[in-house]
Amino acid sequence: MSGGVEIPVRVVDVEQATETVKRFRLAPLSGEALPPFSAGAHVVVTMDDHGRRIRNPYSLIDRAEDGSSYRIGVLRVPNSRGGSKFMHENVKAGDRLVITMPVNLFPIVRTGRKHLLVAGGIGVTPIYAMANELKRRSAPYEIHYAMRNEASGAFIDELRAAHGDKLKLYRDDMQEFVSVSEILPNQPLGTHLYVCGPEGMIEAILKGGREAGWPEENLHCERFLAPTGGEPFSVVLQRAGITAEVRSDQSLLEAIEEAGVDAPFLCRGGACGQCETTVVSCDGELDHKDHYLTEEEHASGKKIMICVSRLKGRELVLDL
Amino acid sequence: MTIQFKSETFRDDFTFSNSPEAIRRFPFPFDKDEYMYAVNIEQHMPGPIKSPYEFPIDIDEHYVAEMRDRALVLKEDPLRCQSLPHMLTAEWDLVELLMESMAKNYPEHFELTREGDAWHWINRPLGIDQKFTFGDTSTLPYPPMEYITRQCQGDFCLCDQRNDDLWMDAGIVTTQADWSLDFDVGMSFKEWHGPVPLAHDIGVFDRALKFLLNLQQGRPVRRLNWTMTINPRLDTSPENYHKWGIDRTTVTPENVGNKVHLRVELQALWRLPRSNAIVFSIRAYLIKMEELVTIPKWGRRFHRVLRDLRPELADYKGLTRFRQMTVDYLAKHDDGAPTSPGFFPD
Ligand SMILES: Cc1cc2nc3c(=O)[nH]c(=O)nc-3n(C[C@H](O)[C@H](O)[C@H](O)COP(=O)(O)OP(=O)(O)OC[C@H]3O[C@@H](n4cnc5c(N)ncnc54)[C@H](O)[C@@H]3O)c2cc1C
Ligand code: HEM
Ligand code: FES
Repeated sequence: MSGGVEIPVRVVDVEQATETVKRFRLAPLSGEALPPFSAGAHVVVTMDDHGRRIRNPYSLIDRAEDGSSYRIGVLRVPNSRGGSKFMHENVKAGDRLVITMPVNLFPIVRTGRKHLLVAGGIGVTPIYAMANELKRRSAPYEIHYAMRNEASGAFIDELRAAHGDKLKLYRDDMQEFVSVSEILPNQPLGTHLYVCGPEGMIEAILKGGREAGWPEENLHCERFLAPTGGEPFSVVLQRAGITAEVRSDQSLLEAIEEAGVDAPFLCRGGACGQCETTVVSCDGELDHKDHYLTEEEHASGKKIMICVSRLKGRELVLDL
Repeated sequence: MTIQFKSETFRDDFTFSNSPEAIRRFPFPFDKDEYMYAVNIEQHMPGPIKSPYEFPIDIDEHYVAEMRDRALVLKEDPLRCQSLPHMLTAEWDLVELLMESMAKNYPEHFELTREGDAWHWINRPLGIDQKFTFGDTSTLPYPPMEYITRQCQGDFCLCDQRNDDLWMDAGIVTTQADWSLDFDVGMSFKEWHGPVPLAHDIGVFDRALKFLLNLQQGRPVRRLNWTMTINPRLDTSPENYHKWGIDRTTVTPENVGNKVHLRVELQALWRLPRSNAIVFSIRAYLIKMEELVTIPKWGRRFHRVLRDLRPELADYKGLTRFRQMTVDYLAKHDDGAPTSPGFFPD
């Protein structure tokens, strides 16, 4: 419950979009319409893998006009600990899942004059919803969509049908790359840029934007950050009076939840700030992975974002 | 449950008053004998039956009279209702929130039928029957926010969220405690809170903003704020200060119980689904001192709160001129007995 209101859903359709991407259509069990959402929003999907609870955020692609379903698109990542593997191997039409209410950490700036949407690989999911919303609002936009090759472009056909020549494709295997120096110049004042994709691509685009003199407020990104593994360590939840082990394949937040403590979260990807936790003491070095706390806050050692960050050391004492 | 709507005024002859039931359900804002600013935010969950927290949107016996007063204010000053062009989606979100809530919780008075985008709204107390197309502004007699808020008690601000801040980019404000939408429109959270004393220094607004930026759909929150008003006047705006400012000099020991009102704002905040905007509702409740002291616990407690209030707060809230006279009046209703914890009457 600490991630907000939950909605039980049934998978009504699974579509193999490419070799590594599946699209899932989710319908509410209650029969009541799913709430509308603003483009760029994600939901956290809770999966039950034989008693093991897995929670991953997935961006919403679209919602049926009558609210009878949402769609999400999931890339199967190599070496998955479970989430994307479970979605690909176990989840079939008819299965039940639980999702949270939509949360938007990557909204369209409504005051923007024009919108440049840049997607790499599976990062296309929020961009897809944004493009549809901009089209509905008749706002000016461009879509720049990069992929390994045409066969791995999970959304090419749908995007092309809806957006025509506003869509530009970049295929790695044809030596086509999104080039900041080509897309940024000659944009009208008040243009906003949104990028979602692999870390390297996001950094390159943001860097290019800054170098071209774009204000920070006009550059937006979403990182599909996942907790990485690391060395195991102990966590002491001081207020709850509980000590737990954080295994190497587990995030701190997951270990805390497994110990029976409901900690707050919204994105589970180090972006929203909801899971900010006070460090009472630590025997070792904090390994900060989030994009929420400032550099000074990271250096101070007083706060940790428990969804993605961990300890390199023996024991971490938290105010939880 | 059918509400008996009163015929009363909030100006000129000031015939507004509370029935005994309305007094008992008054949202008294003090759970202790003292008051200071805090991040007093809680989940906007259904509260006790018949309390103003029972439903997300509270409609009470003053509904029809308040809507009449709002129409008068808007007629004199259309700038009390403003919306920047990018807020249209949020306006429609607000139409849905208010119509759904009113129809669900007060079915004898309001009715909503939806078939796709074809909506049918019936408001019996105000005699309105409107068919319209959701999302199509040309099918309503007013823009969407103005249309629905002319039919709903309370002021409303729509805040756009961008660049990790909230911007007051739309609103309808006709029952305000001395602040102006026309002045604040387009401002950011800390800009429009600029005039508030002390709270910035103790970090109240930093924490409140951080909290609001992550406000979740389906999880509204609420808080109470308070001030005091001379005569039951809803429209105490800076624009009309020349009409009501002088009222503060008219309080005498003889009329204080009748003229001086505690004014409580029940403020609720919702994340809106289509626009990702936040709506901030400010619902004002008025109670005169004579009515307040009919609840002994409230008479005792408000006496102590007002007597010990920090002067900066009293100045900001505009109480200074009549505070002592009110404290003297309330002292007669405070026997010094201990008060029980919590807001509700004993
Ligand atoms: C806001 C947001 C929106 C998102 N939207 C989408 C979306 O629309 N579609 C989508 O497909 N994904 C999306 N994601 C990513 C998604 O939530 C998952 O992170 C992704 O599906 C991988 O989950 P997993 O459980 O399979 O992988 P995990 O097991 O969490 O692994 C993730 C990566 O970390 C590495 N890793 C994990 N554990 C270890 C370890 N112990 N040692 C070494 N390496 C390790 C893995 O190699 C893998 O590459 C989004 C993420 C965020 C934050
Ligand atoms: C987006 C939502 C909000 C809006 C639109 C809003 C608006 C306002 C406005 C217009 C004022 C009057 C300022 C003036 O004197 O000109 C005010 C005062 C104030 N606000 Fe907010 N506010 C919001 C949220 C909050 C929250 C969450 C808090 C929580 C701490 C808060 C605390 C206060 C306080 C303490 C005052 C002074 C009130 C008094 O003493 O009478 N506000 N607010
Ligand atoms: S849950 Fe969003 S930052 Fe950790």
